[in-house]
Amino acid sequence: MDKALKKYAPIFVIPTTAAFIIGFVIPFIEGLYLSFCRFTTVSNAKWVGFDNFKYALTDADFRQSFVFTVSFAVVSIILINVGGLGLALLLTRKLRGTNIFRTIFFMPNLIGGIVLGYIWQILINCILSNAGKPLLALNSTAGYWGLIILMCWQQIGYMMIIYIAGLQNVPDDILEAAAIDGASPVKTFFRVKLPMIMPSITICVFLTLTNSFKLFDQNLALTAGAPKHSTEMLALNIYNTFYARAGMQWKGYGQSKAVIFCILVIVISMIQLRATRSREVQA
Amino acid sequence: MKKKLFVLALIAAMTCMMFASCGGGGEGASDETGKVYYLNFKPEQDEQWQTLAAEYTEETGVPVTVVTAASGEYETTLMSEMGKDEAPTLFQVNGPVGLANWKDSCYDLAGTDVYGQLTSDAYALKDGDKVDGIAYVIESYGIITNKALLEKAGYTVDDIKSFDDLKKVAEDITARSDELGFSAFTSAGMDGSSDWRFKTHLANLPIYFEYQDDGIESTDAIKGTYLDNYKAIWDLYINNSTCDPKELANKTGDDARNEFTSGEAVFYQNGSWEWGGVVGDGLLAEDDVTMIPIYIGAGDEASQGLCTGTENYWCVNSNASEADIQATLDFMNWCVTSKEGTEAMANDMGFTIPFKAAVESNNGFVKQDIANTDAGLTPVSWNFTTMPSEEWKNGVGEALTAYAADQTDANWDAVKAAFVDGWATEYALANEG
Repeated sequence: MDKALKKYAPIFVIPTTAAFIIGFVIPFIEGLYLSFCRFTTVSNAKWVGFDNFKYALTDADFRQSFVFTVSFAVVSIILINVGGLGLALLLTRKLRGTNIFRTIFFMPNLIGGIVLGYIWQILINCILSNAGKPLLALNSTAGYWGLIILMCWQQIGYMMIIYIAGLQNVPDDILEAAAIDGASPVKTFFRVKLPMIMPSITICVFLTLTNSFKLFDQNLALTAGAPKHSTEMLALNIYNTFYARAGMQWKGYGQSKAVIFCILVIVISMIQLRATRSREVQA
Repeated sequence: MKKKLFVLALIAAMTCMMFASCGGGGEGASDETGKVYYLNFKPEQDEQWQTLAAEYTEETGVPVTVVTAASGEYETTLMSEMGKDEAPTLFQVNGPVGLANWKDSCYDLAGTDVYGQLTSDAYALKDGDKVDGIAYVIESYGIITNKALLEKAGYTVDDIKSFDDLKKVAEDITARSDELGFSAFTSAGMDGSSDWRFKTHLANLPIYFEYQDDGIESTDAIKGTYLDNYKAIWDLYINNSTCDPKELANKTGDDARNEFTSGEAVFYQNGSWEWGGVVGDGLLAEDDVTMIPIYIGAGDEASQGLCTGTENYWCVNSNASEADIQATLDFMNWCVTSKEGTEAMANDMGFTIPFKAAVESNNGFVKQDIANTDAGLTPVSWNFTTMPSEEWKNGVGEALTAYAADQTDANWDAVKAAFVDGWATEYALANEG
């Protein structure tokens, strides 16, 4: 059996590897190359060295969008994970209608980001207008919290499902032992359940972290960066660098920002994975 | 081991076939006659272009592909399409600023048949002696007016011959709007679907009058001589409209159109492309609408016409094969000279085309523009094609929205800053390096 598996391994591996190389590795390397070039289309690139990176790193808007993205990421990671875990705890208690609630909480995740963005834009503008406050296009505070509310609404359900799976994997005998030893529910949660679901936490934090950094659709639809780029996240800033001005140099600038962005996301998520992995325990 | 190699070879062969079948399409038969691939800018006319292309293929046997980019996505679509082996042979730029990205890919149209068909050299987009693009449609915009409602309020379009007249009429309608049951202006929506009417089209007027004064056609630094007039017309729009100016940030293009067609407002700033959107079954009667010039109280208002010009230039891809370039030029020429082509462009698409063989369009706003010109009015040219970047327009748009929500002098100063200082900054950024 093992031998047969080994023999036919290439059949299973090669198509995926080929797709990965064609769909990811080659474009990635080409993208890296283009970040050192001036170009309009990929075929007419001209090498300019580090000029693009020099621009990207000195661009005030880019730095501002980095700050905005980080402050968004921190708050949304905490809220989404706490919310998701809270719901998961509620919905693993064998209450009536658990499945219906799980489905309902999961559903927002099935709607596309652009649609969600526009729906929430209408909702939030309605509230702001009734309250006599400036609308989203003129109100960066509302834009910031709007984005957070939107992302929580969309992602809590998804993270909840992962946490539920984690909680269901906590062995009953350990919980029973804790109960017999007289541990309170709070203590059971922090000392027994939480360490046991560390793998779920790793995955959920990773997903929310990368999602917050890469956020584009919702940002574009909800605020489009208004007012004056103050609610513009990194991905949208890169997009705007590409298309907001005519001239060949802008594509290169945008491309170099994209490369910086990519490295940034990889580094941050690596650190996070290492940090949370080290806390995982075996039952 | 042998078997393994065999399996590998089989996979390699399959992969090769897969790519061959993907990349191989379209080559072969048409190489000698050439083919046309038109990347169309105007989603409103996609269907008509498809029909016209099919007709041409039927008549001549030359394959014509028309692809239309989604609204607002032309530049992104063009960029990815131009990178392909089968790139568009015919594409569009929106004027001198849009051309900056693509001038290296533009075939010199000087001396071609289709260039010879242009009624005026003013419709060519030139870079020195090289003709990079030619305009294929001339459009007009102004204030679309509901004549029936205007009469109900006790006025006719003949009463409006200057900014002061317009202000008087609009403010009178606002004062009596409860009794009349309608407002003067439709909402000046600053949502992305509508803000171009003000940050681009309305902003053209102060730019036009400044260019006229200085005798120039473009500039690297705008002075903002007529910004007070811009403020006056913007104040008029937002304070005499169907909604609270604070709500404008959220109002869309559809909102304004619906308000106009349902008779909630008399005036609606938009262009000749909107004819099909306001006239027809269930909408307004053809005789009830007309278009009047946008008066801002500058220049000689007695002889001011509609804003007429173009931001649609045809360019031929110089990187295409010679046969394809020739086929494209033939197709363009056929569109603007043949009976089928000119009729389709005039009647089906509602275009006025700047070519000798043009057929009169059935578009009422276009007819209005021709009547104005015949009566001796001077059309206002489109200078917004010289605006330095999208970023500049967005800056002005945001400042206008902020001012509308809170009409203070400080907020208007922000509009001025975005307009004047923003122009210089953006011009420098777009033209550096």
